[in-house]
Amino acid sequence: MSSGPVFESSLSVSSPDFRTNAEAMRKHVDEWRSRIALVKQGGGADAVAKHKSRGKLTARERIEALLDPGSSFLEISTLAAWEMYDGAAPAAGVVAGVGVVSGLECMIVANDATVKGGTYFPLTVKKHLRAQEIASENGLPCIYLVDSGGAFLPMQADVFPDRDHFGRIFYNQARMSAAGISQISVVMGSCTAGGAYVPAMSDENVIVRGNGTIFLGGPPLVKAATGEVVTAQELGGGEVHTELSGVVDHLAEDDHHAIEITRDIVANLNKIKSLPFTIAPVEEPAYAPDSIYGVVPADARKPYDVREVIARIVDGSKFHEFKERYGKTLVCCWARVYGMPVGIIANNGVLFSESALKAAHFIELCEQRKIPLVFLQNITGFMVGKKYENEGIAKHGAKMVMAVSNARVPKFTVIIGGSYGAGNYGMCGRAYQPRFLWMWPNARISVMGGEQAANVLLTVKQDQLAAKGISMSQAEQDEFRAPTLAKFDAESSPYYSTARLWDDGIIDPADTRRVLALGLSASCNAEWGDARQGVFRM
Amino acid sequence: MAKLAIANRGEVAVRIILAAQELGIPTVLLHSEVDVGTRAWRMADEKVCIGPATTAESYLRIDRNIEGALAAGATMVHPGFGFLSENADFAQACIDAGLIFIGPKPETIRALGDKISAKQLIEKANVPTVPGYAGSDQSLETLVAHAQRIGFPVIVKAAAGGGGRGMKVIRSKAEAPELIASAQREGKAAFGSEIVFLEKYLDHAKHIEFQVFGDFTGRCVHLFERECTVQRRHQKIVEESLSPSLTPELRAQMAAAAVGLAEKAGYQGAGTVEFLVQDGEFYFLEMNTRLQVEHPVTEMVLGVDLVKAQILTAMKAFRIWKQSELTPRGHSIECRLYAEDSYNRGLPSTGELLGMHWPEGPGRRYEVGFEAGDEVTAYYDPMIAKVIVWDEDRPRAIRKMLRTLDDCVVFGVKTNIPYLKAILTHKDFLDGSMTTQFISQYFPEGLEAQEPTEEMAAFAAGALKSVSSVGAVSSAAGVSPWTQGWRFV
Repeated sequence: MSSGPVFESSLSVSSPDFRTNAEAMRKHVDEWRSRIALVKQGGGADAVAKHKSRGKLTARERIEALLDPGSSFLEISTLAAWEMYDGAAPAAGVVAGVGVVSGLECMIVANDATVKGGTYFPLTVKKHLRAQEIASENGLPCIYLVDSGGAFLPMQADVFPDRDHFGRIFYNQARMSAAGISQISVVMGSCTAGGAYVPAMSDENVIVRGNGTIFLGGPPLVKAATGEVVTAQELGGGEVHTELSGVVDHLAEDDHHAIEITRDIVANLNKIKSLPFTIAPVEEPAYAPDSIYGVVPADARKPYDVREVIARIVDGSKFHEFKERYGKTLVCCWARVYGMPVGIIANNGVLFSESALKAAHFIELCEQRKIPLVFLQNITGFMVGKKYENEGIAKHGAKMVMAVSNARVPKFTVIIGGSYGAGNYGMCGRAYQPRFLWMWPNARISVMGGEQAANVLLTVKQDQLAAKGISMSQAEQDEFRAPTLAKFDAESSPYYSTARLWDDGIIDPADTRRVLALGLSASCNAEWGDARQGVFRM
Repeated sequence: MAKLAIANRGEVAVRIILAAQELGIPTVLLHSEVDVGTRAWRMADEKVCIGPATTAESYLRIDRNIEGALAAGATMVHPGFGFLSENADFAQACIDAGLIFIGPKPETIRALGDKISAKQLIEKANVPTVPGYAGSDQSLETLVAHAQRIGFPVIVKAAAGGGGRGMKVIRSKAEAPELIASAQREGKAAFGSEIVFLEKYLDHAKHIEFQVFGDFTGRCVHLFERECTVQRRHQKIVEESLSPSLTPELRAQMAAAAVGLAEKAGYQGAGTVEFLVQDGEFYFLEMNTRLQVEHPVTEMVLGVDLVKAQILTAMKAFRIWKQSELTPRGHSIECRLYAEDSYNRGLPSTGELLGMHWPEGPGRRYEVGFEAGDEVTAYYDPMIAKVIVWDEDRPRAIRKMLRTLDDCVVFGVKTNIPYLKAILTHKDFLDGSMTTQFISQYFPEGLEAQEPTEEMAAFAAGALKSVSSVGAVSSAAGVSPWTQGWRFV
């Protein structure tokens, strides 16, 4: 059981405000859905038809077939590369996410060969590496459904040489293999040059007869280099690699067969998952999940009680609040999500010193008790001004950042509103290594609000001009501010963020509870480590 | 040598092929690209592909259907229902190409198919009609003025339409201009004509239609009525014969009116005269110059085969029944089984039909266009099958239908079986008092999602055991977020 009182909502679902809010959020969600639907078409109908004419399943069909019947699928970064590369790389040409295969939570990475032959754009690399990072942190076996022509050559300089470029994929495979995290490849199409190392660096692998090929240099390169004339299948087809070279372990007749073999491989991993926390029976929240739409004001500047959001995420809408009367602009509470314990830290206004201290104290407690942390971010930043600087808000904020950075329990961040400035740091932004970071479609993220940024730049400019005795008219001021406002507006969009993998995906707010639960469950596949300090009372 | 071309698809194509097979007439299926491999395609003796999936490029193309029929050496064309079945130009084109068109003469279709001229014809035949406006002045001002004269609620319909498309109910003057304009647009888009007509909307009426049949000598009979009152957005869902709502006197009056109209129109073959009945009065609605989807219930209570009769009549080889030979017995019900989600506002559910089972039994009949392995696509109507039962009386027929629906198995897509069962067990349906408002009144959004039964939960638990074993959080929690098949969108 969750222990804590049931939260009593003070909202009326029939009130005009609630309806206006719900409608605004629904618009956001509809836009997001339509964009997801677009991206799910991969490289388009023609490319898909061509792909299928070779007897291949699409990347998404392969994943569906691989998952256990009824398994959920926690896809990451579906909108990667959104509005980038002139729209040439939907989902960055790779579908990735966590799902259950033969009873184990696994990370699945599937190249979409209908998108530029499955070649790697810079963001394809970033998404593949992010999927590996999630697998590595959470101890999830990796299954690579390979169907890729390797690096996207026109952008090779942004794909090949640097630390977090193509080579890092194989480095990660090696390190994860050493850490006992199984690496499995299924070669369902090309695996050329560097790409050949994905199956070669795997612990166990499968290849599809006819469609799968693995070689360091393809037939054209071989001919150019040595004059030898050879077909792709003779050079590196399934029969060659399973019979002669031993590069591959299993030969499959088609995609479905390959997936069956892969499910058997996973069934033989002998992996144990032990839960590091207590479990309570699952209770649905007392308020309907999609009533969350009506909670968040349509006008982002309008304050609201974040407990209304928490009540729609946690089991039975019950939570036990910590230090309710202190640092009130931050809500800290314990609750359960699908029976699993969480410590929630949620913004309820600007951060003051007290709020930061309360958060640091609460994080230490969760660390001691091995309770995963959930950050619900809606933060304009820390309070500014003489009084606050003089009382040392910087060092108090630093305590919160210190606690967040060093917490070993899994951290999950959901940006439910604004994510601005140092507030992003304290509330476990991307740099603070949350296991997953999701955004709501209404979220905004930037170093400060566009208005503030434009005004800061304007003040600096006016000071310079004033020194020369020049003043600016209102029209000149507006003209000066306009480009900054436009730039911030575009760059703080959640789509701008998710396209660049600053997050793991935009989610439907009504799915927050479920998405968190999937992340929490996945996080139990790896050891968390122990707290290294006692609890300092802040 | 007779050879029958079928300008249709799905279950009606199968129905026609079965009739032709019994008559020893070879068949040619005129089909679209995506219908290769469907049940009708496999059953037909010959097939001619007449274009891509889009109906406008295949099933609705007169030229391609004619070319296909001629290429295969067909002598006759059966248009089924829907598509070109009520298209006078198609009937004419068949005749011009030397093919027998199975249906009435083109001029009959033209006269009855255009609802405005049909209405004028029926007024000459002295059959009561719903107060309305069917004039040629189609300006918005005139139409709005007439709507007001008739008195709200008023329904606006596309003159060339059918099957509920282009129909709108106007409840007040304020919304009249917008809804009329919208009906005009839909008519233009769907049927190529923006002519509309108006009539009084009867808000607690029953939809009762009479099957008529004319032979090549000009003689017409009626084959009693069907009640098709249970409709969703003007699409019939459950149909039965006879109607539980008619007195013998009213039945006789309506039958006389239907036969009178058919004779006046020089009707040949199978047709249906539709009426609305409210407060003991009946009003002519329209005449459909084709076979109806729900024809099996008539066949069941009368022991006739309408499709064979159609083919033989067109071949001038059939003298229709004497009226005195047609005596209904027992009661028949048809349910249209759709691939849709009963619990989610009836949203279509497309996909591969993984398995289907239609258990036989006394008085059960199935009209199915699919076999296991076929796909329900978004291109065409998502009706999987028609389930028809016959029994001695209406209560028994309802019980038999409920049992039959329970026995039917469809894997791969969701079906409206739960929805049909909810309709069949509703008190208004059971006592026969339902009106055309039945669905919008009681089931506007389909069904409420239900808690799984213990049996279902046990099945699900068994099926998902492998998932919940390790990936799941723990059995102590009872529910795992992993076992719910969730996706982002």
